[in-house]
Amino acid sequence: MSAEFDLECLSVSKNFGSVRAVQDVSFKIPKGSFFSILGPSGCGKTTLMRMIAGFEDPSSGDIHIKGKSVLNTAPNKRNVKMVFQHLALFPMMNVFENIAYGLRCRGESTSEINRKVHDVLERIALPDVGKREIHQLSGGQKQRIAIARCMVLDPDVLLLDEPLGALDLKLREAMKIELKLLQHQFDTTFIYITHDQSEALVMSDNVAIMNDGRFEQVGTPQELYHDPRTAFVAGFVGDNNHWTGKVEGVSGDRVTLLTQTGLNMSGHMRGSMQATQGGNLTLYVRPEFIKTRKADAQTEVSDGDNSLTGKIDSLLFNGANSRILVRGPGQELIEADIVLTGGTDDLKPGDAVHLTWPAEQTMCFAA
Amino acid sequence: MACGTDHVFRGLNPMQKDITRLSFILLFAPFALWIVLLIVLPHIGMVIISLREKVAPRVYEFSFAQYIDFVQEPIYWNTLLRTGSMSLLVTVLALIIGFPIAYYIAKIAGKRSKGALFLLCLIPLWVSDLIRAFGWILLLRETGVVSTALQKTGLVSQPIEFLYNDATVIMGLVYTVILFMIVPLVSTLDGMDDAMVEAGYNLGGNGPTVLRRIIIPYAMPGIVSGCIVVFMLTAGSYLTPILLGGKNSSWFTEQIYEQFISRYNWESGAAFGFLLLFFTSLVVWLGLKLSGQTLSSTVAKS
Repeated sequence: MSAEFDLECLSVSKNFGSVRAVQDVSFKIPKGSFFSILGPSGCGKTTLMRMIAGFEDPSSGDIHIKGKSVLNTAPNKRNVKMVFQHLALFPMMNVFENIAYGLRCRGESTSEINRKVHDVLERIALPDVGKREIHQLSGGQKQRIAIARCMVLDPDVLLLDEPLGALDLKLREAMKIELKLLQHQFDTTFIYITHDQSEALVMSDNVAIMNDGRFEQVGTPQELYHDPRTAFVAGFVGDNNHWTGKVEGVSGDRVTLLTQTGLNMSGHMRGSMQATQGGNLTLYVRPEFIKTRKADAQTEVSDGDNSLTGKIDSLLFNGANSRILVRGPGQELIEADIVLTGGTDDLKPGDAVHLTWPAEQTMCFAA
Repeated sequence: MACGTDHVFRGLNPMQKDITRLSFILLFAPFALWIVLLIVLPHIGMVIISLREKVAPRVYEFSFAQYIDFVQEPIYWNTLLRTGSMSLLVTVLALIIGFPIAYYIAKIAGKRSKGALFLLCLIPLWVSDLIRAFGWILLLRETGVVSTALQKTGLVSQPIEFLYNDATVIMGLVYTVILFMIVPLVSTLDGMDDAMVEAGYNLGGNGPTVLRRIIIPYAMPGIVSGCIVVFMLTAGSYLTPILLGGKNSSWFTEQIYEQFISRYNWESGAAFGFLLLFFTSLVVWLGLKLSGQTLSSTVAKS
């Protein structure tokens, strides 16, 4: 039981009646890291967070903070602070009083409170807002005040429950970077709950993918993206083309298969799963690994690559992230990333195209 | 007003403008009639009547005699002060009892039981004040249910009269007005995000701190608006103090009634009525100043 981990959950479960909201979740979060729990709505991530904060008691399992069990510690005695989804700033107090609230609860002296509040406002780069009322702040400022209100108490762990959900897109992008910087600056463990994968991938040192009350996979954002262990993770993180098919041949972790739409492909098994002859597979291919050429160009397809010819159904222009939807031979729509230069060579809807992608990037999972 | 309506009408063609103006006048008319005919005119009449003195049969003179009488006769202003202080006590009791009930209805009860509980609070209103007061009399008189039950169980040897004392009057008044405290409290507490209370605990506050620094300040508009309504209703109530307190309950409205009806002294009755209005308004104004609220932030909201 070393104190290197700010937070440890040991086989935590929570049942609401017959509903199993959280099932046997275990994880450790090293000191000073940014950890995200990513999952679809209703996967149990908020329940898990509320258990850490002490608003719910686990049905079984244990939660350790700084190496000590906190199961019998009341929420107001735990040194775990929380930034709520709608921030829950106190509208009847001004900014200074909001931040001072926790310090006053601790019974610190007035001069100490003044010093600490000014200090924390300085650190979030809002030194002059102390006298302002909450409704006079912008969305981003409220966000920072909500974090400052927690950080002034110097918590062991800061929990953030989808705090960016209410912001507009531009501000959300800016706050992602700012949150990461704040976390570095305060050097405190942040646990960030979200259903937005880009928030989780951009900010986190480690991400846990949660589904149906369980952790599917815990890893760095790169690991989750490039080396998903389960079909759920592959499908949930990042964009995908998705097929189902049957195994036709196996050699090591390399398989050849026939999809339901009648395409022959070769792929790699992921997540240390074994393929069996004739077994069902789900497979995912990310749009950025699919290469597109005009079909009239005489190019050879290298060995082992998957390829097909189709017609561009529509073009989804989004600047650098532009994409085409190609109607394949099996009538399925395939997404592929392309580069549009604005010149006359650009692909247009109706063009016949040749798509190729490597077998290594065809992620197969036993279904 | 002219500039306000102009602003609304700008950009409409003349026909639409006329229709909008007409519907505005039609909608506003009943309200204006109500205010002018039933509130403003009678009160002007009261003020005029209160400012005259009968010098000979059917001969009246302008004078402050009624108000001077009030100041010089301790029984009058003592009654007013007594009514005021007892009304304040009723208001405080209604708040102390009503707040936990409102909190339970707004925050703790489930969605379905919330409606049922609210309805339960409303049920007593279906019975008239008079009948409810007689209900209390049935329970509390010397030969009433409570007294008889106490004798049967042997706790007391003689019948007890629970009626005609201040405690009973206060209890009866609290019972009559508590609903008007609960309704505005429920509506403000309903608007409070549960996360606010959780944040209060999360940041290190214990139960009393969260109540004192978060829940009560948040509910302040509801508290003040409930208190104003309850205080006004109590100070102006007539039936409950008379029936439960008897002839000696010394409620100020009783004094007004006596001047108008028994003594047929309309001048003095009008003056007392006006003094009651002035006094209760003063108390409400003081209360608003002390709590740092305004009428528009409290009564107008709930």
